[in-house]
Amino acid sequence: MIRRVLIANRGEIAARIARTCARLGIETVLAASEADRDSLPARLATRAVCIGPAHAAASYLKPELLVQAALSTGCDAVHPGYGFLSERAAFARLCEQHGLIFIGPTPAQLEATGDKLRAREQAEKSDVPVVPGGPAASRADAHALARRIGFPILIKAVGGGGGRGMRLVEHWADFDSALELAAAEAGAAFSDARVYLERFVARARHVEVQILGDGTGRVMQLGERDCSVQRRYQKLIEETPAPGLSDAFRTRIHEAALRLAASLAYRGAGTVEFLVDAQRSEFYFLEVNARIQVEHPVTEEVSGIDIVAAQLAIAAGEGMAPLAPRATGCAIECRVNAEDPSRDFAPSPGLVGEASWARGEGIRVDTHIESGARVPPFYDSLLGKIVAHGPDRATTLARLRAAVNSTRITGVTTNLGLHAAVLADPEFAAGGVDTGYLARFLERARMPARHAEVSGHG
Amino acid sequence: MSLTARDVAEITKLLEDSSFDELDLEIDGLKIHLRRSGAPARNGDIPDLSASRAKGDVPEAGASSVGTGMSPFLSEVRAPLLGTFYRAPKPGAPPFVEVGATVAPDTVIGIIEVMKLMNAVRAGVTGVVREMRARDGALVEYGEILLLIDGRDGR
Repeated sequence: MIRRVLIANRGEIAARIARTCARLGIETVLAASEADRDSLPARLATRAVCIGPAHAAASYLKPELLVQAALSTGCDAVHPGYGFLSERAAFARLCEQHGLIFIGPTPAQLEATGDKLRAREQAEKSDVPVVPGGPAASRADAHALARRIGFPILIKAVGGGGGRGMRLVEHWADFDSALELAAAEAGAAFSDARVYLERFVARARHVEVQILGDGTGRVMQLGERDCSVQRRYQKLIEETPAPGLSDAFRTRIHEAALRLAASLAYRGAGTVEFLVDAQRSEFYFLEVNARIQVEHPVTEEVSGIDIVAAQLAIAAGEGMAPLAPRATGCAIECRVNAEDPSRDFAPSPGLVGEASWARGEGIRVDTHIESGARVPPFYDSLLGKIVAHGPDRATTLARLRAAVNSTRITGVTTNLGLHAAVLADPEFAAGGVDTGYLARFLERARMPARHAEVSGHG
Repeated sequence: MSLTARDVAEITKLLEDSSFDELDLEIDGLKIHLRRSGAPARNGDIPDLSASRAKGDVPEAGASSVGTGMSPFLSEVRAPLLGTFYRAPKPGAPPFVEVGATVAPDTVIGIIEVMKLMNAVRAGVTGVVREMRARDGALVEYGEILLLIDGRDGR
């Protein structure tokens, strides 16, 4: 039984966690930086404490401050959200050492999934296909491996993930310098200079499976999500089910995710990411995200499972028995960011004037942004997520288009205009685009942004 | 560097003689904020997030004077980090400072414990302790007022 949860995060996910806790009668303490003390999550939580200055390195990324805040406010559990410390094994361990329940996988599981090479090996052991590749411990090893797998090649950071610390190399001529740069970048960004190689699969789709595990080896899956609409590995639109996959293929990919999760005796909510070559009906393991994900609402809408509530139940040792997922229709999500697509997606922090989010049948909005809210320059630019749910993809898409068009945010530049354009594009409407789609679309459309509307005496 | 009572009086006079309602001054980590009584609070009075704190470093304790209605000579000493505040070096020991004690900028006024790590908090200004705000053994948040120091009696 969990009575009081420290929310070690901010933004829309902090608000999301606070809402489910309130519904379940669980108290929340929001650990807020100075920039977030007047935020919506701070008001939604039972209590908020200021843990440090705006800069995340001195607040949200300091394990000892968060554990101290949890202990001093009488919390018995910590929800890390996504990003920040959510996949940091040392943080999970520190929580446990002080008698706090870490709402997530065990420290050992975080170590196993955080090391991308170990995760690859675990996938292979679980009979889950991986992209041809492997470790590049020395230059000689890297050369031998590159000759075997062939170009184009992706150089990835062992300690990275989510697209960070990746380099695409097309030719031998660029290989050595790319290898050196990648290692240097990885060392600087993740304090781990190890890199590995994978064959670059062009025209692939990004499909991931939502898993839950009770920590004893019992696992379940809540279906897949297609997150192929992305730019530089940053997802923009996600949907479930993945369009155009046969039931047999879908079952194969679900079962692969379950095998991997079971082999880890995975605890909590997680996602197994795959590259899908739809033409060849093949899929390859990418990585495990050992946390709740930004795009979890599409799964919730279709499965009827509150994933945050499931995380809390598993963390409290209540297991997964009451969970009875269904699969009803389709859900699509747009991530609304404070960024300017016409200026190479430059972040657009500032003061929000009006924030009028869509409402309507089958529409859900997860956000922390209201009229007058501040978008600090210190964190990611996610303002909120507009999620549509419907009996089929066409209905869902129509609802989402209307919702995006009726959402009005002034004061900061947003990517709403880009969303409207992508949702109206026949190629996206047909379903099943690959991860290169958005780059080609932008090239084609040279998208104008929906600029900040300045009120007052221009 | 420390500010004498006379310096503060002169600074106050600067504001009085000017056409401005507010004055912000920062010298060697010592911040003074003066506002004419009756002057409206600054627009929203939300600190500009992009400015001074952007570096992310923990500010020195000590600092600004208090808001409208209180003596401009009073300085707030704020918690430089979240943790458990202790007024004494160990249980049963006399407190670092009591009301009425004279302090210099480097005088330790308390300890903030974060996960068994003890962080000394210094006064940051010269003056006399007027009021203790934070309770011994209590959780203090980042930026919370620990005590008030009257700068007039400093030397």
